Amino acid sequence: MKVVYERPKTLEKVTNHYCPGCHHGILHALIAEVLDEMGLAEKAVGVAPVGCAVLAYNYLDIDWIEAPHGRAVAIATGIKLAHPDVLVFTYQGDGDAAAIGLAETMYGAIRGVNVTTFLYNNAIYGMTGGQMAPTTLLGMKTTTSPYGRDAKREGYPLKMAETIALQGGTAFSARTALFNPKMIMETKKRIRQVFELQMKGAGFTFLEVVGTCPTNWGMSPVDATKFAETEMVKTFPLGVYKELKEVE
Amino acid sequence: MSDRPNKVVIDEELCKQCELCVVVCPVHALRISDRINTKGFHPAELYEYDKCIMCGFCAMTCPERAIAVYRPEVQKA
Ligand SMILES: Cc1ncc(C[n+]2csc(CCOP(=O)(O)OP(=O)(O)O)c2C)c(N)n1
Ligand code: SF4
Repeated sequence: MKVVYERPKTLEKVTNHYCPGCHHGILHALIAEVLDEMGLAEKAVGVAPVGCAVLAYNYLDIDWIEAPHGRAVAIATGIKLAHPDVLVFTYQGDGDAAAIGLAETMYGAIRGVNVTTFLYNNAIYGMTGGQMAPTTLLGMKTTTSPYGRDAKREGYPLKMAETIALQGGTAFSARTALFNPKMIMETKKRIRQVFELQMKGAGFTFLEVVGTCPTNWGMSPVDATKFAETEMVKTFPLGVYKELKEVE
Repeated sequence: MSDRPNKVVIDEELCKQCELCVVVCPVHALRISDRINTKGFHPAELYEYDKCIMCGFCAMTCPERAIAVYRPEVQKA
């Protein structure tokens, strides 16, 4: 009997707290799969955010530190300075990394800190009940933009993968998604690539992953996945925005 | 059922009935069962055993990683 798919070893066998159908679970599993395949679970340190992924440390069987809201990259910087040979990554929501923590995330890129940031972009503050985020789509209704986000009032959605790509210390910046098996495989390939770059000491590596928040979008998981595929990608085009080919 | 080799094995306690697997299956071999787990969800099940092509799409889509997929050895008749 050939195994086509089995739960990765590094993914703890517990029920996660995510809402049914939320793509957070898929991204956790992909990171666990890559850590297992690369044999890096023993060497990895994750930094968990404030947001729905706050309990990520319960789900991946590696070392973790829980950061105050938005400060994950600052903490990751400290870990990397103390232990340059461990694999350090942050796992953050868009409210965490792109709103309250924008300065930390940007300075990770500007200073070229050799850590990886995964940004789960669901265009909303999930944990606190669906408030508008910097990444909320124009026209999208949230509890703090009940008539839909209006650019004249609330400005435009922040495009993190493009912004991070412009900074000198960035070794890799891309945006992927999880709405179909092809994109899930693409995301997994990019997770492997950013970990490989970090192990070579390339600099700041950034992977923005377009996800969903079925609960606060007010959709079924299936409809939310379709919304990510048809609407989210219009504002957040998928692709690689910066990729260092040679690492000295 | 039990005498056939495993293809799709679903941990019914982990399932949250999101239906992403049901929708992603290219041959429509999965459905939501009428059983109920201790969390109160109706777990997904493989109901068209013969249709299943063991592609693994359901497993890689499942946010709970509640699904394992196996490819049985082909028996020569
Ligand atoms: C200093 C501080 N300010 C505000 C909050 C409240 N808060 C908790 S989670 C959150 C936003 C989370 O949104 P996001 O990062 O997009 O993650 P998601 O829940 O959508 O995955 C906020 C504002 C907090 N915990 N600490
Ligand atoms: S509130 Fe939204 S982001 Fe948070 S677990 Fe639920 S669906 Fe996912």
